[in-house]
Amino acid sequence: MIQAIPQTQLPHVVIVGNGMVGHRLVDNLRAGAEANTLSITVISEETRLAYDRVRLSAHFDDDCPDLSLATADGYEEQGVHVAWGRATAVNRDSRTVNVTGKTGEQTLAYDALVFATGSFPFVPPTPGRDAAGCFVYRTLGDLDAIRTAAQDAKTGVVIGGGLLGLEAAGALRKLGLETHVVEFAPHPMPAQLDAEGGALLKRIIEDMGIGVHTSRATSEVSTDDAGRVTALVFADGSRLETDLVVFSAGIRPRDDLARACGLTVGERGGIQIDDRCVTSDPAVYAVGECALHGGWVYGLVAPGYAMAKVAAANLLADLGLSGPTDARFIGADMSTKLKLLGVEVGSFGDAKGQTPDARSVSLSDNVRGTYSKLVLSPDGTRVLGGLLVGDTARYGDLLDLALSGTPLTVPPETLIVPPLPGGEALPVSTNALVCSCENVRTNTLVSAIEGGCRDVAGLKKCTGAGTGCGGCVPSMHSLLQLELRRLGETVVNHICEHFPHSRQELFNLIRVKGHRTWDEVLGAHGTGLGCETCKPAVASILATLHNEYVLKAEHAPLQDTNDAFLANIQKNGTYSVVPRVPGGEITAEGLIAIGAVARKYGLSCKITGGQRIDLLGAQRDDLPAIWGDLIAAGFESGHAYGKSLRTVKSCVGSTWCRYGVQDSTGLAVRLELRYRGLRSPHKIKSGVSGCTRECAEARGKDFGVIATEKGWNLYVGGNGGVTPRHAVLLAADLDEETLIRTIDRFLMFYVRTADRLQRTSTWLENLEGGLDYLRGVIMDDTLGICADLDAAMARHVDSYFDEWAAALADPTSHARFRTFVNSDARDNGVQWVNERGQIRPASLHELIPLPMAGGDD
Amino acid sequence: MTLTLTPPSSEQTWTRVCAVHDILPGTGVCALVQGEQVAVFRVAGRVFALGNRDPFTGANVLARGLTGSKGDTLKVASPLLKHAFDLETGLSLDDPAVMVPTYAVRVEGGDVWIGSRG
Repeated sequence: MIQAIPQTQLPHVVIVGNGMVGHRLVDNLRAGAEANTLSITVISEETRLAYDRVRLSAHFDDDCPDLSLATADGYEEQGVHVAWGRATAVNRDSRTVNVTGKTGEQTLAYDALVFATGSFPFVPPTPGRDAAGCFVYRTLGDLDAIRTAAQDAKTGVVIGGGLLGLEAAGALRKLGLETHVVEFAPHPMPAQLDAEGGALLKRIIEDMGIGVHTSRATSEVSTDDAGRVTALVFADGSRLETDLVVFSAGIRPRDDLARACGLTVGERGGIQIDDRCVTSDPAVYAVGECALHGGWVYGLVAPGYAMAKVAAANLLADLGLSGPTDARFIGADMSTKLKLLGVEVGSFGDAKGQTPDARSVSLSDNVRGTYSKLVLSPDGTRVLGGLLVGDTARYGDLLDLALSGTPLTVPPETLIVPPLPGGEALPVSTNALVCSCENVRTNTLVSAIEGGCRDVAGLKKCTGAGTGCGGCVPSMHSLLQLELRRLGETVVNHICEHFPHSRQELFNLIRVKGHRTWDEVLGAHGTGLGCETCKPAVASILATLHNEYVLKAEHAPLQDTNDAFLANIQKNGTYSVVPRVPGGEITAEGLIAIGAVARKYGLSCKITGGQRIDLLGAQRDDLPAIWGDLIAAGFESGHAYGKSLRTVKSCVGSTWCRYGVQDSTGLAVRLELRYRGLRSPHKIKSGVSGCTRECAEARGKDFGVIATEKGWNLYVGGNGGVTPRHAVLLAADLDEETLIRTIDRFLMFYVRTADRLQRTSTWLENLEGGLDYLRGVIMDDTLGICADLDAAMARHVDSYFDEWAAALADPTSHARFRTFVNSDARDNGVQWVNERGQIRPASLHELIPLPMAGGDD
Repeated sequence: MTLTLTPPSSEQTWTRVCAVHDILPGTGVCALVQGEQVAVFRVAGRVFALGNRDPFTGANVLARGLTGSKGDTLKVASPLLKHAFDLETGLSLDDPAVMVPTYAVRVEGGDVWIGSRG
């Protein structure tokens, strides 16, 4: 039976549709009227409640991503009723709406009705469009159907190169299909981009291996005898063979129900609303993609959210639940910032320069693969709009300049030149937009900090900023630090409660005083017994300075488990071993030897992201034997753990590649062997590419080297992870000796001056004077410390030894690898499940319950 | 090999697990006491015994945690997600609703003896 709607005297709002905007409306209504003052019912046609349609493609990254915005339990808690089914008729005279669901029909009486019915994908009337293998891209159901069809398909085509079309192309590519995009216009994203930006985007997408066919009109979907898609036929007679077609040619408002009950709709569709989001019937409202406002149907979620806010305020006022309001929807900015297929694209304001006499400045950077354009007022003093392709870091600031209409105080071209790390920040208005997803400005964040928020998590909770795409979190962090300083609060940089020093200060103290053990350091500078924060930090500093065996009795208690067991702990307490493969170069014999070790000890194998082979599931007791076997085969284990150099990735370079100009593998091997074992504030990764095609992804590393015709370019301060950064050019065309000397100094300077867990990228950003300063220190020796840095690195290189071999040779450390101090048993809590032919740790629910031994027996 | 001895008090069964010097100061070892995994720590001149299972992750790893102090409380931090536990009471320092069992400890003649669960 469909959930009964309680008979009540409370005013009753019925919302038709539970998409993102419908759900936001529920939230806004509930924020203004609690369950004992207003009854709310939502009609949901999909079998699940509102989900984040904007992130639909995440569905392909992860089998069950949590896209939910609403849950049945959550609605129940809020006192929101759900009618599962489709609204089939509205009677505006009796103020009722009929709902047909799986379990029958019901009639709901309303005091106010809101259409939040959204839109449906437009499928052009192309012959063959209904063939098996043709899809649209709108709901989770559509995605499931595409996924199923993709299992038997090799090629997929998306018709439509707009936002959603490119999104769909990304999804097809993730499903492993050879992917093509067909666009009628001369370039992708014609609604947002100009010819140059569109051409760059096309090139970037093509470089990803996606076919982009522009200026093409599809005249027919051809099919085989069984009625299955075989190809697209274009107006010029050419064909594109394919097994699967996704239509993404735009949206149309879902206004059929509104039309049927006599509400005013636009000529080209859309339920007509006024600034208060009220339709031609004062008791009926409409929000989101089904609504037509000022001649526009907005196909983006942000204007929908704005409408939901306005509709909620007016609805509550109209029902007498709040005082009068002047909430109005006055049109919305069509700005978009997206990450499509990994390419950042931003478009705001008058991006195409349609204002009469508008001027523009643009920067097309073929090296970085970016295009930026600003459209300026005729006198050149104000930003009217702009386009960003490839790098949207400044989107928020530039959008803000466009929205506020602030007169420029700097030459406009400086606004689109990429900043140098540590360089001057872009001058922006004092109340800049920080989070464009949730529309939160500086002032709001500052008030929250003044009101007591002391961390980013608190700011998120309090203001909503940073809860969308998360791109603004670093800005929030800086703003927080700045404000706390301004409020006169001490921003404590102490490493932990046991040492009143930062890591850098501690490093200098230990170096100058010549301490060699924890007891000396704690005795001279600390209090208490230390903890899991300061112990490994001191261990790392001691290791950097003296490079002694980490399991020496006086150092062993400081090591976090990975350094203590020279392997990487995994979720069930077993370890993984990653043999060092310098530069990723390995012989057939070596591969066989690693395979033999894995087979002998029952380990699961996985190729890592850093060109190594991870051997997972090693029991602690077996570690020494595993190392022994690897050493016998000519390997050492590798640092797959701890804060140290991980790998130097490389491509095959001039040795094999037809484009390579230098021996990148040879250099990578040399660098990895040179810096292996170097302990640092954060893990360090590197890469060497043999040409500017950058196949080793060197610019995503802490230091990256890219070959040129004349030598090597050195980039520093890149990283992957949550906040990826591209490394920036420190020096160009270096010979190999100069290159290595410069890297030596870069690493040593970083290791000595960075904070605990500070990556090279943030270290560089916080370095006063930025890249120029760094260049001065390590290339021109402006501080006169280069000889010292060189000597420190020479000491590291000379004192390197194979820690795993040392552990094997040290009889006292063997006992440390036993599971139990008093028994040869193994940990019976470690249980394995077979998955895809290898072991994996059993999840909690898969564990076989162990007998509770103890006092009873 | 496990030695079991019945001491004067009949409720408590004591098991000798190792010599004190088998535990490096500031670290822990894991002992098997009547089928249960017990993490035995030597910190600040004293010996402590807790259950070895980290209740936040379900893995038997506490003996491998880093020991230290928080104010006057002696603690061990689990090596997996760094949840800390009071060495004396077994109480979680992150979530007061969570605790690990503690065991009675005796050090006699340089040997560490663990009693049944306290």
